[in-house]
Amino acid sequence: MRFPGRVAAMDPDGASLTYAELDQRASRIAGFLASRGIQPGDRVGLVLPKSIDALVALFGVMKARAAYVPVDWTGPVNRVRTILTDCSVTAVFLDRRRADLAESAETMILLGAGNGGETPASGVGPFEWDAALGHEPFQGDAAERHPDDLAYILYTSGSTGIPKGVMLTHRNATSYVDWCSEVFAPTENDRFSSHAPFHFDLSILDIYVPLKHGGSVHLIPDELGKNPKDLARFIAGRRLTVWYSTPAILGLLAEFGDLGRLDCSSLRLVLFAGEVFPVKQLRRTMSRWPAPDYYNLYGPTETNVCTFALIPKPVPESRSEPYPIGWPCSHCAALLLDPEGRPVEGGEEGLLYIAGPSVFSGYWGRAADSDAVFIERDGVRWYNTGDVVREQDGDGFIYLGRRDRMVKRRGYRIELGEIESCLYRHPEITEAAVIAVAHPQSGTRIIGYLVSPEDARPSIVGMKSFCNQNLPAYMNPDIFVFVDSLPRTSTNKVDYQTLIRRFQASEMGAGRPEMGDSRASAKAPGVSV
Amino acid sequence: MANVKEELRQYILSEFLPGENPSNLQDDTPLRSSGILDSVGTLRVVSFVEEHYGIEVQAQEASPANFDRIETIAAFIKRKGGPAS
Repeated sequence: MRFPGRVAAMDPDGASLTYAELDQRASRIAGFLASRGIQPGDRVGLVLPKSIDALVALFGVMKARAAYVPVDWTGPVNRVRTILTDCSVTAVFLDRRRADLAESAETMILLGAGNGGETPASGVGPFEWDAALGHEPFQGDAAERHPDDLAYILYTSGSTGIPKGVMLTHRNATSYVDWCSEVFAPTENDRFSSHAPFHFDLSILDIYVPLKHGGSVHLIPDELGKNPKDLARFIAGRRLTVWYSTPAILGLLAEFGDLGRLDCSSLRLVLFAGEVFPVKQLRRTMSRWPAPDYYNLYGPTETNVCTFALIPKPVPESRSEPYPIGWPCSHCAALLLDPEGRPVEGGEEGLLYIAGPSVFSGYWGRAADSDAVFIERDGVRWYNTGDVVREQDGDGFIYLGRRDRMVKRRGYRIELGEIESCLYRHPEITEAAVIAVAHPQSGTRIIGYLVSPEDARPSIVGMKSFCNQNLPAYMNPDIFVFVDSLPRTSTNKVDYQTLIRRFQASEMGAGRPEMGDSRASAKAPGVSV
Repeated sequence: MANVKEELRQYILSEFLPGENPSNLQDDTPLRSSGILDSVGTLRVVSFVEEHYGIEVQAQEASPANFDRIETIAAFIKRKGGPAS
């Protein structure tokens, strides 16, 4: 450890942890986990808001040679339970405000306000964080660790309604982090934002890159992260040097963050990933923060960042076309194939495949789904990103879209089928179809078409509540439309293209969506639906 | 207070609940916990209130305590010197 006394991490209140403290505390947590029978290769859930303790837990799990499974701690109880059960976690670190998740594993460790209860008799949970932290340090042999051991599992949306666990090894992470070192040249003087939640793969850069170089991680929990004015003051006050987030939050900072009043001259790098950055918003962000280098980073959770592009400054006023996703990172190889599996000719569009040491090993417990996304060519295993791109002279890859029912919203991946599965669980809904439509200012909008008996039809407010209780916030449809029936193709599948065309046509018209196969609701006079 | 609440109701209905029967959005319907407004939606409502009523909302005032229900938003507007109608 080169810099034991330097600050490794700081939380919003200013409480901090040195490298030595992080190492010692993580070792004690690892010792506690081992005493509870957690074995190498086990999975341990983290259902916690971001904090110094959460970071200690994360490293403690890895020191015990287990893999951490970070889950959105504000998520609906069913979804959290599904994830923890899917990979059979043997322990969970849980914020005590989530009493509804209290019995999710054999070993539960509670964190949060109210710490300091009695340590229960051995074998009986739940355990208190302070008690776990008091345990003897881990005694295991560091030499037994292997780069291909599982380090963490990140769950993403599943099209049939059940989230999929992306399995990532230590090698997957370190090969990516080493690329970050090469391109961003971090030093011990860098202060990195940690805006993304730990269950989002942007967190891998946030946590591991500064810590590799002796820099500091500045933890930003949800509430602060969604409040542009406070967030802007935080960035300026902490003199952050590197910012990494989805474009959405950068757009909000530029629009609502009152940036003109603050000195953010410490920023040298602004990195963004997760979705297309509307050029108008990028231009506005760059005009507020003109000094840093801006990079567009692209890559699914299955590979983390695999292509990147430095954005040339300034952004011309006339430009509206999104920027390229750029060239493959030095640790990745890319292949573009046509629908027949043949490499495309220069400039033609194709499906993007990625190979290299940062590509994941598979989805937890889903051998068939894992096999389905890989192909082998010349002894190399290529991952099908599902993204359609083309190569443009001098610029690298241009992102064109997808051929399936997955969309990005606020940087998160959403399978529209997962939203439909949820809508079908509503007792008064007989049919449901979900589409996504791009909007120049607000990004992707999600529209849910619903069929429900007229005498039992829920209100739109009721549908929003229902979704809010069953889905993560970013998956909640923006708009609900009740229809008499869904348009169908000749093979009786839902005709999504027709729904999309009609919605776009209605948006261009003056009024509300008009549907040929629906009647005006008797409950909503003046609104033709 | 009647006009301010109606203006807020119309704004929220048109921006976030297109197609909804107005009587389903009451003065005391909890906007956050019912999923009508998420964090970005709240920012847009705050922006609307600032522009429409000419008041300035501080970061800490844009909280659920002030912005979770039409009736509390209207009371907040009145306190900040907006219309009392």
